[in-house]
Amino acid sequence: MTEPDASSGHGTTRRRLLFGGAAAGLGAAVALTTDRAAAGQAAPVPDTTGINGAVAHLFHGAHQSGIATPVASYASFVALDLNAGINREALRRLMRVLSDDAARLMEGRGALADTEPELATVPAGLTVTFGFGPGFVKRADGPTPAWLAPLPAFGIDDLNEAYSDGDLLLLVSADDQVTVAHAVRMLLKDARSFATLKWRQDGFRRAYGSEVSGTTMRNLFGQVDGTTNPNPGTPTFDKVVWSTDGWMAGGTSLVLRRIRLNLDTWDEVDPTGRSFSVGRDISTGAPLTGSRESDEPDFEATTPAGHTVISPVSHIARSRPVEPHEVIFRRGYNYDVPPSGDGVSESGLLFASYQADPVRQFVPIQRRLDEADLLNTWTTPIGSAVFAIPPGCSAGGYVGETLLA
Amino acid sequence: MFTVPTHARLSAVAVLAAASLAACASSDDATEAGSATNVDVAIVDAWTKATDSGMTATFGEITNEGDEAITLIAATTDASSMVELHETSMDDAGGMSMSEKDGGFTIEAGDTLVLEPGGNHIMLMGVTDPIEAGADVPVTLEFEGGGTVEMDTVAKDYTGANEEYVGDKDHGSMEHSGDAGSDEDHSGNDH
Repeated sequence: MTEPDASSGHGTTRRRLLFGGAAAGLGAAVALTTDRAAAGQAAPVPDTTGINGAVAHLFHGAHQSGIATPVASYASFVALDLNAGINREALRRLMRVLSDDAARLMEGRGALADTEPELATVPAGLTVTFGFGPGFVKRADGPTPAWLAPLPAFGIDDLNEAYSDGDLLLLVSADDQVTVAHAVRMLLKDARSFATLKWRQDGFRRAYGSEVSGTTMRNLFGQVDGTTNPNPGTPTFDKVVWSTDGWMAGGTSLVLRRIRLNLDTWDEVDPTGRSFSVGRDISTGAPLTGSRESDEPDFEATTPAGHTVISPVSHIARSRPVEPHEVIFRRGYNYDVPPSGDGVSESGLLFASYQADPVRQFVPIQRRLDEADLLNTWTTPIGSAVFAIPPGCSAGGYVGETLLA
Repeated sequence: MFTVPTHARLSAVAVLAAASLAACASSDDATEAGSATNVDVAIVDAWTKATDSGMTATFGEITNEGDEAITLIAATTDASSMVELHETSMDDAGGMSMSEKDGGFTIEAGDTLVLEPGGNHIMLMGVTDPIEAGADVPVTLEFEGGGTVEMDTVAKDYTGANEEYVGDKDHGSMEHSGDAGSDEDHSGNDH
């Protein structure tokens, strides 16, 4: 029983339903997906299957899951530091075990030697994505991509090592937090002979079923966030995201930035000021020169007084590509954790972007935002990490084999 | 003991089995053993508990795909100098204890022998070289009548499978008498 990948729109079968009972209404979902592919747009797709616990994505494939697969409601980004003495041979053992765990868990069954296999029976769209930091590639004696290093320092940064860097990334996402918790623990148990936990950052979006799948996420500023993303399954997406270089061919890079949103000072800004800072209507997400989220912003349009309608220092004016290759694919999450000190909230964005080359594609955008962006008044990057996301593997292989084999 | 005669009994069947189980990410693929030795089994989910030294155990599911009952009578592996087939049962005190299975495990046609923590398992003793997580640990299964099957297992970190051992016969210098703290972890117990 299969269903076309809701985000790829070209009929690739990466999304499956495990149980017959969940297939009600499947025909309607397929039809809508096909219509959307014909239109070539990322229109939201109503999910008519109702119960999604049985939704399973394939672990094996040319690319790792969790990037082009439909975004799930919850994600845990977990960074590990490798123990002293872990060498290339040990990394091979580690990645074989972790790949096997991920493949089984994504199928909705317990990992090998899983002590709680019952928790694995609801995959709920589980994906597991592995990323290598510079330390991992060095231990593997592999060629390090030129871009695989901490990002250059930015003036707006106030980075905390507790949310930065790391040798090995485990990115676990699903529409069910029990599933995420179990998968993370299983993977960490199997990694503990090799590495120690450096940090874990948990993020969330709207729960599954709360709104139509594919709706652009709102961050905790209320801002529609991610409007101009490339669509998975399109040539543009493939060009933006997938590397063609050496052992990374079929892989990509992840830039993860923990961006604190100062909700207390944001509260002081009225809707007009918020919209002006973003360059989009805060309520609808439409550019200030348009009426719908999908409208192209007109950065030249002026007011009767002669100013541009969209401020040149608004977020969308500063973040738009100057060069055609300055495009990234964003797949971020919100975070909201107990505050320390006097504030009532500690909230923000797990900004996550994927691109073939972060130095070429992401850094120019970030430099412009660093120089000027009205949103910087209320936002502070407090964590930063870059990981190489190696290509996927076929059944019988393991993630990282192009580096380690 | 892993002996030369055991090597000699490894047949073409065993080689085939090893080839199809080589990768851990596909360890759900059943191993098909042919009929050359009259043992036709499918093996899935085979793993061995990682250990630095001493005792450990191998688990997995062995399905008899043949038409007649078969009996697993022994197992050998390079990883251990002494391998036994064990069963686990509740002792008088309510704890779980394990002991050697007399006569081995008979698997009826179509049935599956489940080797699992807390249940039947293949006991590895006298481990001297560490069995590291993620390592391949090939185990040769010997069946009544002389058939052998190579079972590729992968080593996994596992903190369970600590049943006490109440072996009732001499295991050389092994301490195994179920004294307090005796379990499969027995680091440094292989003296």
